[in-house]
Amino acid sequence: MYAFELERPSTIADAVAALAADNAQALGGGQTIIPTMKQRLASPSRLVSLLGVSGLQGVSSGDGAVAVGGATTHVDVANGAASSYPALASLAANIGDPAVRNRGTIGGSLANNDPAADYPAAALGSGATIATNHREISAENFFLGLFETALENGEIITSVSFPVPNRASYVKFEQPASRFALVGVFVAQYDNGVRVAVTGAAEGGVFRWTEAEAALSSNYSAAAIDGLSTPSVDNLVRDLHGSAEYRAHLVKVLTKRAVASS
Amino acid sequence: MPADGGIGAATIRREDVRFLTGTGKYTDDINIHGQAHVHFLRSEIAHGKIKGLDKASAEQMPGVLKIFTSDDFAEVGGLPCGWQVTDRHGEAMQEPAHPILASGKVRHVGEPIAAVVAESREQAQDAAEAISVDIEELPAVVDMPGALEDSAPKVHDDLTSNLCYDWGFVEENREAVDEAIRNAAHVTTLELRNNRLVANPMEPRVAVGDYTSASGDSTLYTTSQNPHVIRLLMGAFVLGIPEHKLRVVAPDVGGGFGAKIFHYAEEAFCTFAAKNLGRAVKWTSTRSEAFMSDAHGRDHVTKIDLALDAENNFTAIRTETHANMGAYLSTFAPSVPTWLHGTLMAGNYKTPLVYVNVKAVFTNTVPVDAYRGAGRPEATFQLERVIDKAARELGADPIALRRQNFITEFPYATPVALEYDTGNYVATMDRLEDMADLAGFESRLAESRERGMLRGLGVNCYIEACGIAPSSLVGQLGARAGLYESATVRVNATGGLVVMTGSHSHGQGHETAFPQVVADMLGIDAGMVEVVHGDTANTPMGMGTYGSRSLAVGGSALVRATEKIISKAKRIAAHLMEASEADIELGGGQFSVAGTDKSVAWGDVCLAAYVPHNYPLEDLEPGLEETAFYDPSNFTYPAGAYACEVEVDPETGKVSIERFSAADDFGNVVNPMIVEGQVHGGLAQGIGQALLEDCVYDENGQLLTGSYMDYAMPRADDVPFYAVDHSCQTPCTHNPLGVKGCGEAGAIGSPPAVVNAVIDALQRAGHDVEHIDMPVSPSRVWHAMQG
Repeated sequence: MYAFELERPSTIADAVAALAADNAQALGGGQTIIPTMKQRLASPSRLVSLLGVSGLQGVSSGDGAVAVGGATTHVDVANGAASSYPALASLAANIGDPAVRNRGTIGGSLANNDPAADYPAAALGSGATIATNHREISAENFFLGLFETALENGEIITSVSFPVPNRASYVKFEQPASRFALVGVFVAQYDNGVRVAVTGAAEGGVFRWTEAEAALSSNYSAAAIDGLSTPSVDNLVRDLHGSAEYRAHLVKVLTKRAVASS
Repeated sequence: MPADGGIGAATIRREDVRFLTGTGKYTDDINIHGQAHVHFLRSEIAHGKIKGLDKASAEQMPGVLKIFTSDDFAEVGGLPCGWQVTDRHGEAMQEPAHPILASGKVRHVGEPIAAVVAESREQAQDAAEAISVDIEELPAVVDMPGALEDSAPKVHDDLTSNLCYDWGFVEENREAVDEAIRNAAHVTTLELRNNRLVANPMEPRVAVGDYTSASGDSTLYTTSQNPHVIRLLMGAFVLGIPEHKLRVVAPDVGGGFGAKIFHYAEEAFCTFAAKNLGRAVKWTSTRSEAFMSDAHGRDHVTKIDLALDAENNFTAIRTETHANMGAYLSTFAPSVPTWLHGTLMAGNYKTPLVYVNVKAVFTNTVPVDAYRGAGRPEATFQLERVIDKAARELGADPIALRRQNFITEFPYATPVALEYDTGNYVATMDRLEDMADLAGFESRLAESRERGMLRGLGVNCYIEACGIAPSSLVGQLGARAGLYESATVRVNATGGLVVMTGSHSHGQGHETAFPQVVADMLGIDAGMVEVVHGDTANTPMGMGTYGSRSLAVGGSALVRATEKIISKAKRIAAHLMEASEADIELGGGQFSVAGTDKSVAWGDVCLAAYVPHNYPLEDLEPGLEETAFYDPSNFTYPAGAYACEVEVDPETGKVSIERFSAADDFGNVVNPMIVEGQVHGGLAQGIGQALLEDCVYDENGQLLTGSYMDYAMPRADDVPFYAVDHSCQTPCTHNPLGVKGCGEAGAIGSPPAVVNAVIDALQRAGHDVEHIDMPVSPSRVWHAMQG
């Protein structure tokens, strides 16, 4: 690890000011950036912790949505959304291990947009809206590719609003070593249709499996998936832990399981 | 049995108090006043010519004391290899130089090129990044058969090829085996890979070198399983330091699994640099460094043929293996695919003819050496897999086929040079069938099927050879070391004892088990006995701990030393009681005169030895301290039978182990709780190899599994609750405790059980799958099911 400064602002304005420094970076729970810095693969001159910024913590519900503060830890989401959005709570409760869940934050996870992270599946699968200190961004427009998001410099995720579906489920098949999602599928049924978001499988990160969405919107059952072809392998990950064909197959299997368990 | 637990008592491990409360003292806890820190600049290229190295600007960085390169080691020997294998043609193996820091070429990713010593670790690392190295990249050799082609780039330019040796065993049997296979009623052939593993002890390697200029004494604190071996190898072959000027200390060591047997460049570097700079020099490996600098394990590619007659009797075994040595020969690497592997190919079976061929190959990868089981898992895996395949081809029951071919009379001389002193393979299989409830498998299968899951049963046997010996034999086989063990028993004046053992505990539990032996022999409380190990300054020369040898060899030395203590103490007691020495009996901590009510307590005899007022000084020296060296006449041969039941998810290919039963014969057992723990740990490592662990290089020699993000270690939820039994006991006939080794059994016996079970599950579901290479990952199982 190289030397760096740590700033701990208590307001958004102070955080934005602190982030204006050269090579400054926002810090949530540090579950990605700190190990990366330890390996000297990242060298921010300054980390700006958002954990102490007021207004970024907690889970609330109302108007058919669950709102999660940007600096809310996974454990707090697992507890806070348990009754209002059980599928989201269950997803949060199964991220990483207890240490990760007690430190990692939803804003940190979404801003990082790891292609195998769990939260992007919930956000895209729920049609969530990501609010920042500047604007509101739909999940559709937020995830731009591998570790890329629509966030601009100095932009901080303040909260994430998840419309609560009629029913939903997230099913993850873990990569044996990292236990990140080799493939994870989030299925959510709303009055106006079904959303299916897939994480882990694609080189570009989370995506919607639109064929499954169409099939499930007209017939919400695992059987509706049986007749579908597996997603195209063209942009799927192939690595030590699975071929693109295996991942495509898992997308279908897990979608059925998510429907069945929703 | 003494109240505090002698032989056979499941005594709680006393060392766990400090391990579990964070008060152990590990090498990284050792900090010497004024110590400097070293960071190694390691190659990111698998194979290349070093054209130049510019350290000028790095030397100006803050805190830098000195930057070492291979030029600084021109007068220093390279790392020695401790075992020379002779090939099929009577020629010595090819043995390349193994420099401390890369010289001329880099040969694997992770090889140290330069060493920066600075005031702080971070400063050393900063300066290392400022070193500019010009390396002309060469094509890397990774694949073993490819490495032996004439056109392959050579890892070592001064060798004739990448072939270290072409070993045949027993070479005289080669033609007879070929003929038996040609004439067999049935031959089953299987090709398989024994996956490359990274040991991953919880504690990474650490070395602290220190030097006292006034006396010229060097000290190395290191994470080692065998400090005396390191002292001998490093002192005599690398740095030229006589042993009386070199102390090696291996304090608490957080797991070894083989990877901490070997002498490593970093140890020699820290010792050398401390003297060179007049400062203690410390290195603590990061986990990332461990992946690319600790010796790896296994990595065999094998073809095995099993020949049977018309009555299903095994008639011959032929096996051809390519064994990966990596870029250099690690300390005991050549012995693993040969004497620790070929000699085990008879297994538990009376096969009259066996021929083993091993080609050891240099590649641009990290050196490969012994890892828990070392050679024996490789032998067991191929043998027990091919037997299962043969059973299927012949329509035979796999257990019955094994039973039919069991060795049943002992001692038994195998066709591969070993003599099994004792065993009872029928008894362990009987025990296994009972404890694993094999009779209930069909109903469990039906229950799994109701849930849409496949279920399979895998059963296999194993035998291993522990406590490699005797020294006279291993010398003939190429070992450049003896394989005895030592113990000094020091009785203090008030009756307490200190046992100084040449073996080493890095988690095994010596501090608990060894006192049980002494307490049992003397009839005193085990709490009166302390164990000292790990420091060449206060223990007798010993060979350390690996190959499941501590109790069988070190424990035997302890018995011999304690016998000497008893003998002398009886003479003292006889004097005190004015009786004949022949009439003195020892029991319950009392010396008594047979047939009388005269007795004297253990403590009084000890006091007399050190306060010899009433003492036969004309006949007997005062004091009560004895040393024994024990060189076994044979290996010990633990054996057992294992059963594994798996469920396979037909949609995802994921395997889960539902039941695992292990019936082991370890001979006599000193501490059954420690034995059970050893088996649990071994099983977890074997299951890890079977289902999860895989060290993978790409074709350019880049390590693809350089962290836990990609190298899958077994975790608690990957393993089941085990059923473990060691009630079948055929005591070893040639050591005084009648004990065999137990530390590696689980890792040796479990991989074939797991894979046999997975194949069984797929076969029962109608998939024509004969083999899946380890690790049997979900994706491999799924692809196998797709045909």
